[in-house]
Amino acid sequence: MSDAPFTDHYGVLRDALPGHDLPWLSRLRASALESFSVSGLPTQRRESWKYTSLRPLEKVGFGVTGAPRACISIDRAPSLLPAASEHHRLVFVDGHHRADLSTLGNLPEGAELTTLREVLTNEPDWLEAHLGAVSGDPGGDWEQPLLALNTAMMMNGFVLRLAEGTVLHDPIEVVHLGGAGDRPLAYHPRNLVVLAPRSQVTLIEHYTHLGEQPYYANIGTEVSLAEGAVLHHYKLQADALDAFHTATVHAEVGPDALYDAFGMTTGARLSRNEIAVRLAGEGANCHLNGAYLVRGRQHCDNTTRIDHLVPNTACSEIFKGVVDDQARAVFQGKITVHRDAQHSKGHQLSKVLLLSDKAEIDAKPELEIYADDVVCSHGATAGDLDHDALFYLRSRGIPEPEARALLIEAFLAESVHNIAAQGICPALMSSIGHWLAGRPKEI
Amino acid sequence: MAATVETVERVRALDKYKYGFVTDIESETAPKGLSEDTVRFISAKKGEPEWLLEWRLKAYRHWLKMPEPGWSKVQFPPIDYQDSYYYSAPKSPTDGPKSLDEVDPKLLETYAKLGIPLNEQKLLAGVAVDAVFDSVSVATTFKKNLEEVGVIFCPISEAVKNHPELVRRYLGSVVPYADNKHACLNSAVFTDGSFVYIPKGVRCPMELSTYFRINAQNTGQFERTLIIAEEGSYVSYLEGCTAPQRDENQLHAAVVELVALDDAEIKYSTVQNWYPGDEEGKGGIYNFVTKRGACRGRNSKISWTQVETGSAITWKYPSCILQGDNSVGEFYSIAITNNRQQADTGTKMIHLGKNTRSRIIAKGIAAGRSDSTYRGLVRIGAKAAGARNFTQCDSLLIGDKCGAHTVPYIETKNRRAIVEHEATTSRISEDQLFYCRQRGMSQEDAVALVVNGFCREVMQQLPMEFAVEAQKLVGISLEGSVG
Amino acid sequence: MLEIKNLHATVDGKAILKGIDLTVNAGEIHAIMGPNGSGKSTLSYVLTGREGYTVTEGEVLFKGKNLLDMDPEERAGEGVFLAFQYPVEIPGVPNTTFLKEALNSVRRYRGEGELDAMQFVKLVREKTKMLHMSDDMLKRAVNVGFSGGEKKRNEALQMAVLEPSLAVLDETDSGLDIDALKTVADSVNLLRRPENALVLITHYQRLLDYIVPDHVHVLAGGRIQASGGKELAHELEARGYAEFSAGAAA
Repeated sequence: MSDAPFTDHYGVLRDALPGHDLPWLSRLRASALESFSVSGLPTQRRESWKYTSLRPLEKVGFGVTGAPRACISIDRAPSLLPAASEHHRLVFVDGHHRADLSTLGNLPEGAELTTLREVLTNEPDWLEAHLGAVSGDPGGDWEQPLLALNTAMMMNGFVLRLAEGTVLHDPIEVVHLGGAGDRPLAYHPRNLVVLAPRSQVTLIEHYTHLGEQPYYANIGTEVSLAEGAVLHHYKLQADALDAFHTATVHAEVGPDALYDAFGMTTGARLSRNEIAVRLAGEGANCHLNGAYLVRGRQHCDNTTRIDHLVPNTACSEIFKGVVDDQARAVFQGKITVHRDAQHSKGHQLSKVLLLSDKAEIDAKPELEIYADDVVCSHGATAGDLDHDALFYLRSRGIPEPEARALLIEAFLAESVHNIAAQGICPALMSSIGHWLAGRPKEI
Repeated sequence: MAATVETVERVRALDKYKYGFVTDIESETAPKGLSEDTVRFISAKKGEPEWLLEWRLKAYRHWLKMPEPGWSKVQFPPIDYQDSYYYSAPKSPTDGPKSLDEVDPKLLETYAKLGIPLNEQKLLAGVAVDAVFDSVSVATTFKKNLEEVGVIFCPISEAVKNHPELVRRYLGSVVPYADNKHACLNSAVFTDGSFVYIPKGVRCPMELSTYFRINAQNTGQFERTLIIAEEGSYVSYLEGCTAPQRDENQLHAAVVELVALDDAEIKYSTVQNWYPGDEEGKGGIYNFVTKRGACRGRNSKISWTQVETGSAITWKYPSCILQGDNSVGEFYSIAITNNRQQADTGTKMIHLGKNTRSRIIAKGIAAGRSDSTYRGLVRIGAKAAGARNFTQCDSLLIGDKCGAHTVPYIETKNRRAIVEHEATTSRISEDQLFYCRQRGMSQEDAVALVVNGFCREVMQQLPMEFAVEAQKLVGISLEGSVG
Repeated sequence: MLEIKNLHATVDGKAILKGIDLTVNAGEIHAIMGPNGSGKSTLSYVLTGREGYTVTEGEVLFKGKNLLDMDPEERAGEGVFLAFQYPVEIPGVPNTTFLKEALNSVRRYRGEGELDAMQFVKLVREKTKMLHMSDDMLKRAVNVGFSGGEKKRNEALQMAVLEPSLAVLDETDSGLDIDALKTVADSVNLLRRPENALVLITHYQRLLDYIVPDHVHVLAGGRIQASGGKELAHELEARGYAEFSAGAAA
């Protein structure tokens, strides 16, 4: 085997990996592992990793475990939704499903929320058809080492399926708790969201932590939206400050379907959200929004890619960030309008507040346009808080720290309040509030 | 210089042996191909001092190891560096066409559209002209005026001889020989170019353009320009020519270095209209140029303006290193591509000093099957408190077979800086074209008018007389782009 | 001057004009009124040759020449002028540059010599003076940042400079308050000549209080449903288009 980090985990886990008796899956894993062994972790020599180094990740020395640690017990996993609200939850601890903490009752007809493991046991053929269907052929030319690593090592994750016309009014929440192990652990959740025509759902993913151990979550998610389907996909990444979080999302958006995503990052020592959206049917639309608040020595990378493949597709993308101390943020957003994708619209904006002299933001907003009848734009700004506004508030008697907090909150609130599922806004606003108060939010 | 003679002897020996023909120091052309001996030949031919030969050789050895820059969007087959001549003396007037009748009528047609005076047309087309040709005496007058105020403006090879201390101090100080493969090649084999020195407190009394236009046509494919503006001085330099230049050389790898000291200002304007190749993309110049200015002094300013309409491939990023506090960098660009042309151009603004400011206005127009990319870097260093950047990139597409791309890199390490970037891409508006045509304009005139309007902010930066020609050039470059 | 015979036209394959007959003689003012979607603007675009408007049947003669065979700029050269409902903004192009380019193009077409900068400035000054316009509108980019009224007056200025024999005014009153409407109407009236003709396309009668038509036509469902004198406009104002639209639908 090669020297690439994590590849030795495969040998350790081989027999504990779900579906190891399925030849197609073993082949898939082997080919993904092979490809990862060749490439290793992406380095800064790769253009798409120019601003993010994974060296700190290599230094930690993560281990693996095939089974959940038994002794962890908690009464109830945290939730981003109001306590009284009716919703469906799936809880993972260190990548392992915890049925005891999950509430899956009374899902309406046509909706199914389950685990990858379960689907692998009961419907391996379905999984064979859907795994990698959106993210690309793992046997082919791997451009995504982290997703390859995920494919080789995936152990569990969630699978959300909606039948044609199924509309869920209550949100679905998936909670990922890390750091519960007795040593630093790495795990690779793999999630699938497959929405049949005209189905609709709100999916909330919450990444946070339990214990004290550093951990590395390398997540792969594939989203497939058939004609007219709508997915509101919200994510709060509030992992422990010594954790590592890399997430790759691939979404394929069919005719008149909408992928509406918002991600907020406050946690992890190093995080990378890589989202690739293919607008593949006429009338397909996506909103890709995000907010991040980082401090200390945190490194937060949001890298997005939106491909307009057919005519009459639209996207809008707004990322707002606040960077303090010696933290560093990266925003790379690429919009490509392919040759025949006439009448496409694409708008992208990155706005960043730098709060300290050592903070850094590297932005690379990119437009690649091959069709002429399009309207595309992007914008990027970076700087300190508006001095006039600050002065105005102070002249009204508000002390500087409060005035600053107020302005930062207002800066981010705009993004949060645009979220369609208003139910989670209070939780997001409160995590902004906690961040501002200088206390990283615990659970 | 004994070493030189020795070198020449060796080159001679080599030629005899390797290529079976005799050449000597009087010969006009170096043998085909690139080797250390070619470098020595060029240096010997120019009678250069030892230090410069050493510098060239260092560059050459480094070049051998350097990879081609692979990050741009331009595509072309690998260059066969051995299939090219690296030195040939300016052509003798008798080699060219004897009269305008012998010149490609298409070329003359373009000259006429641009309104180039007949005598200049001859010069541009390489027609043999009389020694008593008016412009030469005009040029001499210019030179006298410049000398009176202490401005040095001469071929760089002449500066090496007459002002070695200046050349040695500044050559390669902004663009080191190892900067990139093309600049490295230039460092090894540059044949000529311009040298400008503006002494302290002097405002150069004229645009250094007219003179250049008349005299510096045969600067060759590896041109090297060095401009130094001493404390409190000012110069405006215009490079190139609005009329299309026929040139058989495929590869142009020029280097331009600018140095502005305290309170100095350099304005550098380029109108590039090299041969773009034919409609199918056959032929045409590879214009791989490294241009960089260092604002070394406080309150210094460097402003680049470029109108790029020619060349099969343009790879060019005129940049500013803003070292001095309060220094200012500007980049105004129009890049027009048609047929199969490719342009990957933009700028780098490196903010190092306090309160440094930069402004980038880039207009890309793509037509036919061409591709136009804006690629730029704005970097705000940790010490650049109070720095400001504003960037506006707009792309216009004409037709559905072309591409326009915007790739900015924005790196900010200081919170007391403000960085703003905006970019838009859209197609030429049918409404605008119809409106113009309803008022009587032809389709092509309408396109030229609308595109010129789109480029106006940049056009306004050009010296007046060139702005007029550049505007006409916009129309000519886009001919045939709209069905 | 203008003869439209059995004109049919489609947009995106959809029939919009379904057999228009109209004759306009020199010195006349015709008003074409109709509800939204009746084909008024389509008619103006078909007359001026806009892409995407396909003539499927019929003919249009202008001073005896087949207008439909010509490019838009040739029609302009022949003397057909359209005052746009929404005058187009052209950023970066100063109004003077635009006017000069247009005037010299038309003059070339007509075999007249081009005007040099001095002659042109003199001419434009005369026209702005005649229309009581200030010169600073000339320096601004074509229609960019102009108010609704300024845009329409700019159309009038172009008309004054280009001196067309047939001017089609498409919804010139739209988006104007009463003062602006009056100013624009005054300008148009100043430009009237016995040898020229005007076609006013409008939804409302109010413009016709200031520019009084000789003939009024009601366009609905792609056909002229009724023609009459200026009193027809008042009748329409009182009764609405409903009965004509109903007639068109039948």
